[in-house]
Amino acid sequence: MTDHLPPVAAEPGGKARLSPRKKQRISRAIQYAVLVAIVVGIAFYADWASLAENFAKPDVAGKALPELFTVALRNTIIYSVGGFVVSFVLGLVLALMRLSTVRPYRWISTLYIEIFRGLPALLIFLLITFLPLALPGFEVPGGTYGQGILGLGLVGAAYQAEVFRAGLQAVPKGQVEAARSLGMSAARSQITVVIPQAIRIVIPPTTNQFVALLKDSSLVLFLGVSGEYVELAKFGNDLASQYANATPIMVSGLTYLLVTIPLGHLSSRLEKREVRAR
Amino acid sequence: MTPAIEIKDLHKHFGKNEVLRGIDCTVDTGQVVCVIGPSGSGKSTLLRCVNLLEEPTRGKVLVEGVEVTDPDVDIDAVRRRIGMVFQQFNLFPHMTALQNVMIAQQRVLKRGRQEAERVAQANLDRVGVGDKAGSYPAQLSGGQQQRVAIARALAMDPDLMLFDEPTSALDPELVGDVLAVMRKLAEEGMTMLVVTHEMGFAREVADRVVFMDGGVIVEDGPPAQVIGDPRQERTRTFLKRVLHPEG
Repeated sequence: MTDHLPPVAAEPGGKARLSPRKKQRISRAIQYAVLVAIVVGIAFYADWASLAENFAKPDVAGKALPELFTVALRNTIIYSVGGFVVSFVLGLVLALMRLSTVRPYRWISTLYIEIFRGLPALLIFLLITFLPLALPGFEVPGGTYGQGILGLGLVGAAYQAEVFRAGLQAVPKGQVEAARSLGMSAARSQITVVIPQAIRIVIPPTTNQFVALLKDSSLVLFLGVSGEYVELAKFGNDLASQYANATPIMVSGLTYLLVTIPLGHLSSRLEKREVRAR
Repeated sequence: MTPAIEIKDLHKHFGKNEVLRGIDCTVDTGQVVCVIGPSGSGKSTLLRCVNLLEEPTRGKVLVEGVEVTDPDVDIDAVRRRIGMVFQQFNLFPHMTALQNVMIAQQRVLKRGRQEAERVAQANLDRVGVGDKAGSYPAQLSGGQQQRVAIARALAMDPDLMLFDEPTSALDPELVGDVLAVMRKLAEEGMTMLVVTHEMGFAREVADRVVFMDGGVIVEDGPPAQVIGDPRQERTRTFLKRVLHPEG
């Protein structure tokens, strides 16, 4: 039998010119060489003085304080948290509608989710500015804050609904069967067994949703906000125009990162914990 | 005396797929009945029709004289009296073993916390996992999880128990612990309907063995007859494959 086996493709100690391991080493050396060439090139040709003058000018950065935190960051958080609360509640309703046994509810929810996930968030904000024209006498409660929160909430709800739906569906069917066969009602099974598990599953993606919302809160800019209502992006942009210098935008950017990076890490930590718990 | 379970002309279709095609079967109080048969023969579906996890297409199921298939019947009340043990255990992963056994006592039977805890601990001890009360399901072996699941069902003081292939998902060396618990239950007089592939258990513990194939009951009788001396060719073929898999 054995002498009919096909010959082994690469014989050990054979005459192959380059072993796979050698090839890998050469490839890695080339990658390092390219990287060094690019870094050296940038270091030589960039006009560092001019870049620093325009993007990192300390005295202009100083002008951003303290309003950067007391007004801009505060407003960014108001818009994001408000929008998050709206998207959380509306998203939960939409997710339950999507899983409903009543067909029209499923249609309405699917339509909403498809539309608001398919449109650029910016478009929604532009439409909101036209609401008072379309509905004379109508005003979004809460004024500028209300408009920003409404826009973020409407868009966020579509994404949050999908997060909730996935979470509820990720709880295995056997869980409900076990609960029901212990004599729990359908509602009791959901409350005691399904929803607590779904919430654990949903926490990491929901944190990501909040980060996305926080970044989208910059779109409030297009509502034509001013004065006490400006958030980070608008604040940076206004100061940048005033001093004809990009530093305030950089400062705003850093402030965003101050919030988004820790949240991102928190989300992946929670995700890892969720995987371990299974 | 009213039988514990009475099944009359039970049919179940999944779309065009006829899984059960006219089942008649009775389990008397205190009896242990094992259902055997090839996969896809409808054994699990039959079991799941008894506590209405599956809605029968046609026919009747009576549990202690109450027709569970009647739309006006309070199915939650009937299920309280039927303990169910699943192949995949289906413990609640966000609760400790003790909480798993307590929760339905508190929420369904409205027992107080202290009483529920006492009953839960007693039942965990009864199935030999009393020392695992504080562990979460993920920290337990399959055999331990299944015994917690049995304790969870027992804590409701059921009149009868359904077992749906309780050892099929277990590593071979853990099967014995679970079977030993079930054997003890049978000796204590629990009414049991067991879907299983464990022929040794069926032969020694069951009062009756039911062989199913193709959605019908092919043979129904004492284990010495159905397993020891089957009358039907289909039963013989199946047993030969199960008992001597390599021919």
